[in-house]
Amino acid sequence: MKLNLGGITEAGRSLKNHTGTWRYKIPVINKEKCTGCGVCELFCPDSSIVITGGLASIDETYCKGCGICVRECKLEAIKMQPEGEESR
Amino acid sequence: MSVNQGSIKCREIMQGSIAVAETVGALEPGVIGVYPITPQTHIVEHLARLVANGNINSKYINADSEFSAASILYGASAAGVRSYSASSSQGLLLMTEVIFNMAGTRLPAVFSAVNRSLSPPINIQVDHQDTMTLRDSGLIQLYVENIQEAVDTHIQIFRIAEDLDVLLPAMVCMDGWIISHAYEPVTLWQEEAIRDFTGVFFPPYEVNPQKPLTYGALTDDDKITEFKYMVDAALGRAEEKIIQVAGDFKKAFGSYHGDVVETYYTEGAETIILAMGSIAGTIKVAIDQLRAENKKVGLLKIRSFRPFPASRIREVLSGAKTAVVIDRSFSASSGGILGSEVKAALYQQNGPFIINYIAGIGGRELYPHNIKEIITESEKLSAAGTVPDKALFYNLNSALI
Ligand code: SF4
Ligand code: SF4
Repeated sequence: MKLNLGGITEAGRSLKNHTGTWRYKIPVINKEKCTGCGVCELFCPDSSIVITGGLASIDETYCKGCGICVRECKLEAIKMQPEGEESR
Repeated sequence: MSVNQGSIKCREIMQGSIAVAETVGALEPGVIGVYPITPQTHIVEHLARLVANGNINSKYINADSEFSAASILYGASAAGVRSYSASSSQGLLLMTEVIFNMAGTRLPAVFSAVNRSLSPPINIQVDHQDTMTLRDSGLIQLYVENIQEAVDTHIQIFRIAEDLDVLLPAMVCMDGWIISHAYEPVTLWQEEAIRDFTGVFFPPYEVNPQKPLTYGALTDDDKITEFKYMVDAALGRAEEKIIQVAGDFKKAFGSYHGDVVETYYTEGAETIILAMGSIAGTIKVAIDQLRAENKKVGLLKIRSFRPFPASRIREVLSGAKTAVVIDRSFSASSGGILGSEVKAALYQQNGPFIINYIAGIGGRELYPHNIKEIITESEKLSAAGTVPDKALFYNLNSALI
């Protein structure tokens, strides 16, 4: 592999570069508390939350584990848990 | 030197800014992004006139700041368009963030920097602190001595910057007022000759919605050193191009001001002064007077500060006893910037004593008699072996401090 001049590269790099690999904690939604209000969806910097069926759901391929959603959910319906230990 | 008559458009007494604007106009940059600042404004004002009068077909964009003006150039250059701007002082500082980005992204936009002191206190006179502060960006910087060299270097620099082996932003640094506002006899070249010489910019990439690209992508530590190395290597290759283009320019137009350096009576000189910009002209006058008294004095004018011509400097200084570096800028607590780099270039070389003067700050005038005083003082220090390792502030008025 050779580096491209000036770091200019093909578009759509996020199809290959999965930001989910940076994560060491994952947000887990408490289905009892979540009202599906969509605040976390708005704030997630990686568009890794979608509201489906009135509930927030996390896209694990791109969620980088920043925890912004936890901070923004005023109903405390999201918690960060160590990767691999989440109860689903 | 015999100037190539066929390529002359006119020979007139003109103001530096207008001569530069006419020359840049002849190259018809696709995009000119501007924000006014003294003493640069005459250049972009005249380009605005050329565009408004329909003389040239450039897209002229007034920005809301120098940051935006430079960003406009970034975008245009990324789209494969020859792009140009001019600035001074704080304006150049505001462009700095973008200039680092241009160098890293390998975008060959061209700038005229009309050198002016940095604030505070506000001072609109010349020194080199503004452009020297950009030195680590990967930008090509050529410093010029007079209006004719400013004109000729603007033609050369587009070809150097846009060379596919180089592809870096580039800046012609010309002293505020002394070059930008003074009137001198100057030869302007035929548009066709200028365009033939610079050729057309063929970018390695183009902005095309059918083939989208990512600019400014994130890179981790596994590749970042290599990207930075590539900028360093490209700037290194620019040295060869500057030499080549100066030679080709001489053939095409019959005009020559040196390549990465210009030497003036350095052959066999015991004392050699190093300097950049318009002060080189004053130094030449002082040297002519000293040579008439059989003093073995010469000038090594640094045209290219980036790339830094270290090996050429070593070569020229190898036989001298005393080297005097006159800096119009400094790195606080460390010394003159050119002085520090010349010392580094000569490290462990068994070369001359190096005396570094910080002089001509904020437009403080330097006349031939000042240069002669600097030379006399330096030769004394060198003969006594009492060369200070710190730079000396020339003509510092201690009563004011
Ligand atoms: S902010 Fe909280 S309550 Fe609202 S959708 Fe997100 S997780 Fe559910
Ligand atoms: S942790 Fe960060 S990236 Fe992941 S879903 Fe929450 S806000 Fe989005």
